[in-house]
Amino acid sequence: MSRRPFVRPVSRTHWYFKHPRYLRYMSREVTCVFIGAFALLLLCAVERLSEGQAAYESFLAAITGPWSTLGLSVVWIFAVHNAISWFNVTPKALPVQIGEGFLPGRFIVAAHYAAWILISLAVLFFAGVL
Amino acid sequence: MNERMIHLEVLRYDPQVDGEPHFQRYEVPCKEEWVVLDALNAIKESIDPTLNYRWSCHMAVCGSCGMMINGEPRLSCHAFLRDFEGVIRVEPLANFPIERDLVTVADDFIDKLKRVKPYLIPGENKPIADGEYRQTPAQLMKYRHFSMCINCMLCYAACPQYALQPLFLGPAAITLAHRYNLDSRDGGREERQQVIATNEGVWECSFVGACSEVCPKAVDPAGALQQVKVASTLDWFREHLLPGAAK
Repeated sequence: MSRRPFVRPVSRTHWYFKHPRYLRYMSREVTCVFIGAFALLLLCAVERLSEGQAAYESFLAAITGPWSTLGLSVVWIFAVHNAISWFNVTPKALPVQIGEGFLPGRFIVAAHYAAWILISLAVLFFAGVL
Repeated sequence: MNERMIHLEVLRYDPQVDGEPHFQRYEVPCKEEWVVLDALNAIKESIDPTLNYRWSCHMAVCGSCGMMINGEPRLSCHAFLRDFEGVIRVEPLANFPIERDLVTVADDFIDKLKRVKPYLIPGENKPIADGEYRQTPAQLMKYRHFSMCINCMLCYAACPQYALQPLFLGPAAITLAHRYNLDSRDGGREERQQVIATNEGVWECSFVGACSEVCPKAVDPAGALQQVKVASTLDWFREHLLPGAAK
């Protein structure tokens, strides 16, 4: 008897609509576009800063306004989503074994949040905001 | 014992006759405590003896009866009928070719499993007279949860990366490699790294996490793969930043 296995087609463009867990994954992955865009904006800021105070201030003026605020808010929401979704899975990548048991994952996640808050406060302090 | 009629839509495929698979609907009198596998057995015994599917232990140990049940990779012996409403749709495990009805072709998985050498490769060959390779409970706990894999392939059916790139070694094979790499009695990591620390190995994984969500034995393959990535990255840094350092 000859074999004739049937290979089911896989959609390369719509596969993530097949299950909510795939959409959740894609929502995390798509954050990189916004974070990448913000990184480019930061690079532009550094470049204008290197050109002197006047250039930097005109750059700041160019990104000030309601549309910029809206755009940066969207980037901020995606950045927070990216951080939270990655922090929540860190116990999988970095398990901490203590004797015959493992440190509960919530402590590893909490350590990441604590580091996030501390580093953010340090940045605000050095920026003169605090 | 309560009995009720259950409607199942089962994907059928006869390679001698069918150009492509099609759904066939069955109405089966089922008992309250039955699982999907019991319903399939009832169909085969009383309604349609031509239905093909794999099963063996009926207790979530052998890993033979994995199927897509309402689109979710499940062990059919572990899927209680009382947890479903309406028609239950049963299909062969996704991402594997269909051999016949609910039976898939597992050759690709078996081949990948062999390639990662999922067995102990002692670092030093002790004479038998020196006794067994001993291990502390803490050393056992390091890998124990990864050793619970029953090769049921549900993780492959859930993994979109495997669906899109069939060359990907996949969750279970890499997890088993990691299980042996973590074993204090093993010395085969170098050999396994040649296979798993590659583009078609662990770097094909983008951490969707579906494998761990569907694993019936809580093995957490997604965790294993991320740990392999961390270890392989450290290898790279050691190799490039600390020339001459042993891995």
